[in-house]
Amino acid sequence: MDQPVLVIEAGKGERQYWRDILRYRELFYFLAWRDVLVRYKQTVIGIAWALVRPFLTMVVFTVVFGKLAKLPSEGVPYPLLTFAALLPWQFFSNALTESSGSLITNANMITKIYFPRLVIPTSAVVVSFIDFLISFVIFVGLMVWYRFIPPATVFFLPVFAFLSFGAAMGAGLWLAALTVKYRDFRYIVPFIVQFGLYVSPVGFSSSIVPGKYQLLYSLNPMVGIIDCFRWSMLGSIAFPLTSFSLAVVIVALMNVTGIIYFRKTERAFADII
Amino acid sequence: MAASAITVENLGKRYIIGHQSRTRGSYVALRDVISDAGRNFGRRLLHPLQHAESGGLERDEFWALREVGFEIGEGERLGIIGGNGAGKSTLLKLLSRIVEPSTGRITIKGRVASLLEVGTGFHPELTGRENVYLNGAILGMARAEIRRKFDEIVAFAEVERFLDTPVKRYSSGMYVRLAFAVAAHLEPEILIVDEVLAVGDAAFQKKCLGKMEQVGREGRTVLFVSHNMSAIEQLCDRCLFIRKGRLDLDSRDVRSVINCYLFGQAQEGLTSEWKNSGAEFENPWFKPLRVFLAGAGGEPRGNPFRNDDEMWLCVEGEVTELDDRLAVAYSIFNEDNLKLYETATHDVLPGSLSRLRPGRCIVRTRIPSRFLNEGDFRISVAVFRHFKGFVCDFQDPSVPSVSLVIRGGLSDSPNWVQKRTGVIAPEFPWVVEQQSVPAA
Repeated sequence: MDQPVLVIEAGKGERQYWRDILRYRELFYFLAWRDVLVRYKQTVIGIAWALVRPFLTMVVFTVVFGKLAKLPSEGVPYPLLTFAALLPWQFFSNALTESSGSLITNANMITKIYFPRLVIPTSAVVVSFIDFLISFVIFVGLMVWYRFIPPATVFFLPVFAFLSFGAAMGAGLWLAALTVKYRDFRYIVPFIVQFGLYVSPVGFSSSIVPGKYQLLYSLNPMVGIIDCFRWSMLGSIAFPLTSFSLAVVIVALMNVTGIIYFRKTERAFADII
Repeated sequence: MAASAITVENLGKRYIIGHQSRTRGSYVALRDVISDAGRNFGRRLLHPLQHAESGGLERDEFWALREVGFEIGEGERLGIIGGNGAGKSTLLKLLSRIVEPSTGRITIKGRVASLLEVGTGFHPELTGRENVYLNGAILGMARAEIRRKFDEIVAFAEVERFLDTPVKRYSSGMYVRLAFAVAAHLEPEILIVDEVLAVGDAAFQKKCLGKMEQVGREGRTVLFVSHNMSAIEQLCDRCLFIRKGRLDLDSRDVRSVINCYLFGQAQEGLTSEWKNSGAEFENPWFKPLRVFLAGAGGEPRGNPFRNDDEMWLCVEGEVTELDDRLAVAYSIFNEDNLKLYETATHDVLPGSLSRLRPGRCIVRTRIPSRFLNEGDFRISVAVFRHFKGFVCDFQDPSVPSVSLVIRGGLSDSPNWVQKRTGVIAPEFPWVVEQQSVPAA
């Protein structure tokens, strides 16, 4: 019989890590499935929560920024402007919250069983991605309501969805690994999420940021991502080349360093968690 | 010997434990890291030539496991025993890749499944059916494999009726049964099992042991950690004894390893002497100073005793004022805190005992040999004046007590080598009488 030989040595990462990830894809699938199943169990309206939260946020933003502050709306109905941004933002913030705490929540598994730990934060991001897909229903509703037909650029949307997935993954990996080591991040993450809402153009158009600060502003990858969502879904702005390129570079950087840092600390997870 | 399934060389696992004064919780707080970094920076500014010792942190090393090496052949069933904190679980965690070794090397041939806990990853909100799939995936089974064995698993766990009930509504017995059932249907080449049989009722434990025996018979390698010595003896054909992170014994003579462990444990934990700290039980009639166990010569000795040893309980005390009603008594309790008997100096006929005189004296009594069972006992000493009240009483939590540990020497008969069921295990004479012979 062909038997795999495994060598565990002090101080050496395992060479077969990525092969293991492939082998544990079933587990990955099951974890995501579990979290989706559990998420809305024993809640009265169940999966509808995935719709209620973004919808109410949209209403509030429309009233506060659109009606009260009377901010410019890029020539589309204000709810559409807000919602096109809320889609990636809510996904990003949920994914960040879920994945940063995911290792701690699954501490009992980590200390009792081997599997590539990367599976856990990834599956947390995937679960948030499912919510993200569900909330598209609202967008469809809004388009019907406003009789708005999206431009052809909407077909580029998967590219940007993928980009926001990358942003969530990169940041999620960093925060998940850091939270294991420094529990301070349990308090930092909600703050990042809250803070991020105001420094990202979620409730308003990024055009209101003065030109000389635009480049600095675009260092926040969510700026590029949100603008791309608006470009492809609403066609309300020209393609934001600068912020898009910056977002791609930053997301790639976050993912590469995130994986490196995660892999480096992963070996000690069971010791310190 | 068959080809080796696992080879372990010079394996060690070191933990850094924070200094007492600074361990606030089990995890590092960012605050400490920042303040330490600041302190180091300051120190380096002040003493630029001095080496910062271990990063300036007050740290202690702890070797949970050190210089362990062994080889396990394919199809061997290896038992691992040792006291609490000896490093057994660390070894299993290293072998199952949960933690990384600090030194050394492990080579494993074959698929490993480790069962360090039953029901890892079980989610209380999910139904039994859902948890079977989830837990199977966590243990490394493919979906098709789980589906194929699903009915068998459910039958083993005896939870057919509750398959679609969330497991949070299960009784703990059902929960454990289902969890073990999933694990029992794994088909790895190497199975690593930590103390998981301690759960569940007797019937289920028996079933689990049977299942593990079957796994062993199928020629798979089994590593089994347990405190249940009879399970180890029944299941394993080789036994490792780990003490304080080191491999103490490794032998195919499972029983001798177990005995060695039990004797060692008896010496470490239980004290055979009690001493008055100075001011306890102050009274003029009999102030107990020391209680100890002694052997045949009256010399104090430590545990364990063999059951056929001469065992003496000695109570040393100080008398300043005579009282004829004074009595010294002891009670003996087993592990279940059941009092086996009580006896006192005034049990014997008045006058047959020499009278106490002022000064120091020792009251001795022989504990019957081959009367108690194998086990750990607590002997408490009471001193009282008959009908006048207690100097120290059995009910008193600080009553002078010593531990008596009895191991082995149970009988001269080869048919009686283990602890007997029953509270005591005395030897009785048996007689066989021939009444008649059949006619030739």
